[in-house]
Amino acid sequence: MNGMSRIVKKVTQLLVSIIFMYGVYIVTHGHLTPGGGFAGGAIIVGAFALIILAYGSDALKLHKEEAGSSASESLSILMVLILAVIGFFVGGMVFFNNYLPTGVVGELISAGTVPLYNIFIGMEVAAALLTIFIALVIFKEESK
Amino acid sequence: MELLLSIILGFMIIGAIFALHARDLLSALVAFGIVGYSLVICFLLLKAPDLAIVQIVVETVTLVIMVAVILNSTREEVKDKLRWQSALTIVLALLFIGGLVYFYQVAIAPLDELGMHTTRMAEAYIEGAAEKTGSANLVTGVLFDFRGYDTLGEATILFTAAIGVLTVLRLKGKKAA
Amino acid sequence: MIVYSLCFVLFMVGLYGVVTRRNMIKIVIGLAIMEISIFMFLVLIGYIQGAEAPIITGHETAVQFVDPLPQAMVLTAIVIGLATNAMLLAIAIRIYKNYGTFDIRKVNELKG
Repeated sequence: MNGMSRIVKKVTQLLVSIIFMYGVYIVTHGHLTPGGGFAGGAIIVGAFALIILAYGSDALKLHKEEAGSSASESLSILMVLILAVIGFFVGGMVFFNNYLPTGVVGELISAGTVPLYNIFIGMEVAAALLTIFIALVIFKEESK
Repeated sequence: MELLLSIILGFMIIGAIFALHARDLLSALVAFGIVGYSLVICFLLLKAPDLAIVQIVVETVTLVIMVAVILNSTREEVKDKLRWQSALTIVLALLFIGGLVYFYQVAIAPLDELGMHTTRMAEAYIEGAAEKTGSANLVTGVLFDFRGYDTLGEATILFTAAIGVLTVLRLKGKKAA
Repeated sequence: MIVYSLCFVLFMVGLYGVVTRRNMIKIVIGLAIMEISIFMFLVLIGYIQGAEAPIITGHETAVQFVDPLPQAMVLTAIVIGLATNAMLLAIAIRIYKNYGTFDIRKVNELKG
């Protein structure tokens, strides 16, 4: 798959960073405003998909990206489990225990473990969907 | 409110029927987009902004993946003639529809009218949420604190789906290093 | 109550598509329509007339919130729906590569 025209590539360069930053904002402010890990992860996938569609699969080393996204997906789900198990041992003998101080409602650093779960779930969603997308693109390339 | 939602749902039904009957697969996908994006408007009307954000992005990603799948394939729809020769099939289908409608009636009877919902289970989540979790967004509080197991199960399903797609779509085996 | 019935009708449309269509992409679309009708129904159940979205902004006084529980459940269900749809599409495109058709009855006849 070849890339698109030069105009599309340039606009993509300008837009992708903004979309990515918006996704990160949605993830990190998930406990204050609408959004969260699921929505932000899907937005981040949108940024990566835009790069792949605009630049084509020739310009990118998709196999390496696939390996990286697959590994980060596994790592982030492992981190969610580790956070849950730490909550089990720190207090209460309950999984998903909120053991960090909750702070003031409405501040960015508050709500204990909720922002951490948000970040790791966001990574998980983004990496899983990106893996699926790259696998489809590679399949399209190789089956020609 | 109910009238507005009914109109949007009517549009969704029309879009769904067209999506299932379109000749060209690409126009079927566009008609399916009607259904998904109308759902976003419904979520906004129903005071669910989290769901609206998720659904609008997910719908877009779904459409991109679907278009990528059908783009280099044959796009024309296979001709399907309805085979009405078997009366037994029609009778079975009508019986099935009747049974579904009956169970729908049974299930819908104890529900409240639209907008008259009384929160029973979520009472505890709403009352003590701000003090217990410190999360201003109650949906996130429910998702990651009170009901963490659901989220973990969801992440597991995503992981399994990604592994499944990798397995199904792998053409060349990995070289033994 | 008419909104609930319309959700049921949308579900039946999706089921009709899954049962009668021969094209695999159309079957996936039918499944997605069924999913969407269920999401709509669950969020409709949690709606309260005149209530606010479940986000604490700090300067509301004794206001009522929409039920956050169905919203949280639907939030996970939407992402799961995307993953399962992608899985089904992957299987469909794999079958297309092997058999050269999306027609599910032809694939049944070929076998091999």
